[in-house]
Formats: sequence, C-alpha cells, structure tokens
Amino acid sequence: MKTMKYLIGASLAAALFACAPDKPVNTEEKDLNKSAVEAITDPTKGIGAVKNVTLNTPLEQDRIKRGLSIYEMKCLACHKLDGTRIVGPGWKDITKNRKPEWIMNMITNVDVMLDQDPEAQKLLELCLMRMPNQNMSIGDARDVLEFMRQNDGEK
Amino acid sequence: MKNKIISRVLTALVVIASAIVWQSCKPKAPATVSMGDAASKAFVPPGKYDEFYNVVSGGFNGQMSIYGLPSGRLFRIIPVFSQFPENGYGYSEETIPMLNTSHGFVPWDDLHHIALSTTSGQHDGRWAFANANNTPRVARVDMKTFKTVEILELPHSGGNHSSPFITENTEYVVAGTRFSVPVGDKTDVPISSFKENFKGYISFISVDPADGKMKIAFQLKTPGVSFDLARAGKGKSHGWFFFSTYNTEQAYTLLEVNASQKDKDFIMAVNWKKAEEYIKAGKGQTVKAKYAHNEWDESTHTGVSNIMDEVLQLDPAELKDIIYFIPCPKSPHGCDTDPTGEYIVGSGKLAALIPVFSFTKIQQAIANKDFEGEFAGIPVIKYEAALHGEVKKPGLGPLHTEFDEKGNAYTSFFVSSEIVKWNVQSLEVLDRVPTYYSIGHLSVPGGPTAKPHGKYVVAYNKITKDRYLPTGPELTQSAQLYDISGDKMQLVLDFPTTGEPHYAESIPAEMVMPNSQKIYKLEENKHPYAALGEGQAKVERKGKEVHVYMTAIRSHLTPDNIEGVKLGDDVYFHVTNLEQDWDVPHGFAIKGANNAELLVMPGETATLKWKPLTTGIFPFYCTDFCSALHQEMQGYIRVSPAGSNVPLKFSTGKIEDQSSGAGQ
Repeated sequence: MKTMKYLIGASLAAALFACAPDKPVNTEEKDLNKSAVEAITDPTKGIGAVKNVTLNTPLEQDRIKRGLSIYEMKCLACHKLDGTRIVGPGWKDITKNRKPEWIMNMITNVDVMLDQDPEAQKLLELCLMRMPNQNMSIGDARDVLEFMRQNDGEK
Repeated sequence: MKNKIISRVLTALVVIASAIVWQSCKPKAPATVSMGDAASKAFVPPGKYDEFYNVVSGGFNGQMSIYGLPSGRLFRIIPVFSQFPENGYGYSEETIPMLNTSHGFVPWDDLHHIALSTTSGQHDGRWAFANANNTPRVARVDMKTFKTVEILELPHSGGNHSSPFITENTEYVVAGTRFSVPVGDKTDVPISSFKENFKGYISFISVDPADGKMKIAFQLKTPGVSFDLARAGKGKSHGWFFFSTYNTEQAYTLLEVNASQKDKDFIMAVNWKKAEEYIKAGKGQTVKAKYAHNEWDESTHTGVSNIMDEVLQLDPAELKDIIYFIPCPKSPHGCDTDPTGEYIVGSGKLAALIPVFSFTKIQQAIANKDFEGEFAGIPVIKYEAALHGEVKKPGLGPLHTEFDEKGNAYTSFFVSSEIVKWNVQSLEVLDRVPTYYSIGHLSVPGGPTAKPHGKYVVAYNKITKDRYLPTGPELTQSAQLYDISGDKMQLVLDFPTTGEPHYAESIPAEMVMPNSQKIYKLEENKHPYAALGEGQAKVERKGKEVHVYMTAIRSHLTPDNIEGVKLGDDVYFHVTNLEQDWDVPHGFAIKGANNAELLVMPGETATLKWKPLTTGIFPFYCTDFCSALHQEMQGYIRVSPAGSNVPLKFSTGKIEDQSSGAGQ
C-alpha cells in the first residue's frame, strides 16, 4: 500500500522539494536553481535543478570531510564504497560512469528521477528498492560528490 | 369470533396509538431532514483536502483525534493521557515519563475538552491544550508534530473538568476542579465535614509565549463547590474569566438530587488581572504541593518528568475584588462569551431558558455594589443587575453555546436533543434542528474565539442508537455536521468518532498545514543512544543491561544478528530510523515482548525495553510495511543461560564460516 502511495505521490513530493529547499544554498547553487525551469538538453545529466557542476582539482578537502559524514549518516546503510551492491549499488567508479549532474540530481530529486530518468529506472529494476529521499540540499549533494571523487581515486 | 375480531381491532388501535405517542417523542426520521444537496456539501473528492482540521476530544479513551471537515474523515489519533499501542506512546522508554504523576504512572485517563491557542482572541495554529479529567492534568499538543509535548499535573484538584480554557493571547490556561476536596495536612476527615473542610481550587497556568511551556502561575482558593466549564473574557472583557458552578448546595452524596435543590447556582466571574496585581504585591502564599511536570524534548526524542513541590495561592475570601458570583439558573454547564466579549451565556442543564449576562452590566453592578448578599464570603451580584436578557422557551436542558461571525449563537439542548440558533442581541430564536441523539457539546469553527470562521456547526452526540450498523452492546460514538451558511441549519453528514467526543474545536487547514513537520532531521537528533548512521550501530553491555544501538532503513535492521545476551539481562533496543523522507516510519517488534512494540518516525530514536525470560533464538522485525522487501526486514537475537560464555557480538550481512566451529 505504502509503495503505491509513493508511486502516486512521487511527482507531488518532488514538486514540494523543488519549491522548498531546506538549507541555505550558496550563490553558485542559487544560479543552478534559477535555471531549473529551462529544458534539459543533455539527458545524461539527469532531471533536476542541477544543470552544470564545476569540478575543481585538487579536490576540495572541506567538502570531502562533510561528504564523508553525510555518507556515514544517510547513505552507508545501502551503499558500499567498493563495487558490491547491497541494497543499492556500490559507489566504486560512479564518478567515472555518471555525470556529476546526474549524481547530484539523483540525490536531490530522486522521486522524479526514478519516475522519468531511464538510467535511474534501470537501477530501480535492478535493485527493486526505490532510493529514499534523504532530505539533502544541493550543497549536501555536492559535498557527497566530492567524497565520491576521492573514493574513485582522484586527488 | 366476534370477540376475537374486536380484541384484534383493539390491539391494533393500541399499537397504533402507542406508535404515535412513541413517534412524537422521537425526533423526525433522518430521511426527512437530510436531503437535497447535503451529500455534495460534505463531499471532498479523492485526493483533495478538507477545509478544516477538527480537533476532537476522545473522552474516556484519553486521546485527541483529528478529523477533516466537512468530510468527517479521521486522520489521526494523538495519544495524550493514555497509552497507545499504535505507536508505542506510554510504552517506549522515552514516552513513559509523559504519563508520570504524583500517583505514579497513570496509563489511562479521561480527556474532555480542547482549547486551540489564540493570539488577540484569534486562532494562531500553534498548540492544542487538553484536560485529564480524572487524575487532574493539562496537556499541550504541538500542532507542528501533532504530538503531546507537555503534561502538567494540578495539585489540590479533585478532577479537572473545568479546563483547559484559555485567555485571549493564551496568557493562561485555566483548570477548575470538578470535585472540591480537603487539601493540605488535614485530608483524613469525615466526608460529612464537606462544608467545613472541602475547598475548590482553580489553577491559572501561564504559557510561555515563545515556546508554550506551562507553569502554575497561581491557584485561587474558592468555596467548596463544583466547577463545570469556563470561558475567558475577550475584547472589552479581556482580563476576566467566567466559570460555571454547580453543587452550590455543597452536597456530598446523591448529587443527582441533592445538588439540584437550588433554583440557581452561580457563574463565577474572576478578575485575573486583579489576581496578578495581588501576586505582584506579594500577597500570594506559597503552599506545599506535590505534582508532576512532564516535558518532551524534540531533540533528544525523550520525555522528562519532574516532581514539583510548591505552588502559589491566593485566597479571594480575604483578597477582595478577585471573584464575584452571578446567580444562574439550574446547574449551569456551558458558560460562553460571545465574540465581542460583551455577552456571557449561561446554560443551566436543568433549565428551560437561557440567561445572557452583560459584561458592562456586571461591571456597573460591581461598581454600585448591587449585591444580593454573600456566598462563603464572596459577593453575589443581583441576577437582574447582571442580566442582558433571557432566551425564552428555547428548548430543554441547554448545555453549551458557540457563535458564528454574524452575531448568532448556537446552543445545544441535551434533553430535547436539538441545536437552537438565536440572535445574541435580540435573544430571538431563529431556527432549530434535531440531533441524533442527545447532543452534548457543539462546535462552530472558531466558535469560542473573537473571530469565528463559521460555516458549520458540529454536534457531538451522546447516543447513537439506531444511526449505524450495530456492533453489539458497544456502539460507535458520533458527530453530526450541519451547514450554517444560510438562514436555516442543514444536516449534511453523520460521522462516527473514536472514543466519546466531548468538546472539539476546528481551525482552517491553511493555518496548520504549512507548518506540519515531515521528518525529524538526523543532524538534530541528540538522543543519547541514537545511531546516526549504520556505522554507529553497535551493542554494548553495562553490567546486566545490554544496549542495542540499532538502525532501520528500507529494508534492513542493523545489527540483525545479536549474540551474547544472557538470562537476567535487560535488553534496550534503541532504534533510530535513518529515513529522511516523509511518511516512512519503521516499526520494531520482538517475540514475547511483555511490554510493547515501537513505531519510529523518520530521523527519530525510540527505545523498547525487553527482558528475555527463556533462552533461545528470538526473532525481531519491522512492523510497518515500508518497501517491497519489508518482509525481509528482520533479524535474530540469541539468549544464552546466565553465566554462559557466549561472547557479545553483532553484525549485519556477515556470513560466518561454519567450518571453524562457530555453530557450536
């Protein structure tokens, strides 16, 4: 029953989420929000408010630190850092196989992604468990992304 | 033959006659009153929201329930004064302190009345207050979480019926005792010494405007009578409070007869601003008292109970100008102030008229000392001097009155089983509708406030009899919704209620819905046993206590294999729900638990204490269907004999190599 309710309510929940981010976002992220209404041109970037992510080298250590603690609290229960799938897929090489925008949209706009994005839907068919909305801001997702880059061996 | 025919005809006549008599006593059949567009008025299409939250007392179930209006759909039961198996309230270690009292743990009470917080006399959507009638307490429910966050016990009260009624800006919640009782050092006295030893106490509970925290600001010591209901003044009468009293006969047995002797009891007018002045001037007396104050902490997800030891009292028999009595016919129940604050409506439940008092006239009478005498040292204002007028022949047994935004009043009549609409100024009866059956309280959205929302009146009935499919001797309780937007009241819906609905309030959905909390943020979880992430899941032994820091997320529990527990241990399962999405609770149950189960909201931590009584393997699992793999959300705990050397260990997803002898 609850699963059904989820399927039905998914788009509504996503709409609410898009209107009401929980945490203040920095200016870069605000710009991202502004362009949220524009049509998606690159389907490999997923669906959501994140259109373009600038990756810096070397890695941003403060983001990695925050990303790790978010991972431990909200992600670790289902995602291993190696390639093994438990509830969800392992994270090894995720930043090599997915665009950073796709990863961040998956984290922050999961219900819409699972309903509309073909790649996310393939994962749902594989795992048979809808990835939960873990109430993460775009800033949180960016921190987690940085942690994933480190996990994939970037310096 | 002829005789037989005659007797048959006679029998038939008698049957018909008695049917007519019976019919005339019974309200009209429902089909004749509910008709036309009634169904469409109560219809809320699937997926659409109701217009009002209806916050309803659960009576003897000790709980508060939330319905939608106009649909009458039940959304939620909020446990307040009773344990609640549905979500573990009063069973989990964190919630047990909420039901603590000076008498110890009280698992079940009787909740009668609701008061929604107001600012400037208007609903503000912040809190709902409720009373425990039996073991006297007042509770505060947070309208963001729909959760009981505070319970304050009331010393010197014999039964908290005249409660919780609030002042215009929620400065105070009042609590008047239904039973006068002897208090202090001299409580072991003959019951027959009522007049000498029994006193009635009214508590004024202050409410912190910022966070709602309650405190007994002061108590008024009053003569030994019973307090029934109350309303604060508002607008021009802000600063005053009005209480209905009965048993001014001061009877202590067979009150049904002995407390109904006098033609008039009293409405007690309290000048609480004056009381505040006396407190400021140091006239209050600190008195020993034992009572519990229980507070819920939303960051630790834990209730804490403190036993308090004193209270401040004022004696209005010595300190003049705090209280006055106004005669009011026949054991008044309702005592309701209209939206302007000028009129106070008394509803004598054995009366056949409704007296309406004028605040302006009461003030004049006090200034002119227009008194008919004293009762136990308190001045009694002359009835006529306080009276605006009487509603003549409105019905039988008026109980309670609320108001719309157009200057009309709606009074419930228990004995004649009807709602009567009348004009507050002209006192003219405008309309009447039957209720099915024996209405108690009624409720107009915003009806007790300075700004009623109007539109509906809901009848909370005491008897349902033939209205619903029968379910054995115990029938559903019920409410009825009437549309009052036109000149005539129209019955549009019957809906069953849980528990016995006494009083209720309704508030527009848009004043509450936007603030409704969806989850508890893990980042803000300060529970001492929280596992904020699966990496923090663990099992610790502290002497004979075993603490399991467990996490739950779709769809596994961590740890899900636990060994090393021994007979004689107390095992505490501290379950943290790692979900951060709306509407994804997880449950927790373990075989043979003599206590309860848990239901844990997203981001919350809750604790179940479990004492294993035999050795063996005990399964545990999630009880709230959470995902396609919910049925897989389970685990085992091994209990070994006392003194066993099985080491304490725990894991999830770990497959042990049996060749090592681990299976031994």
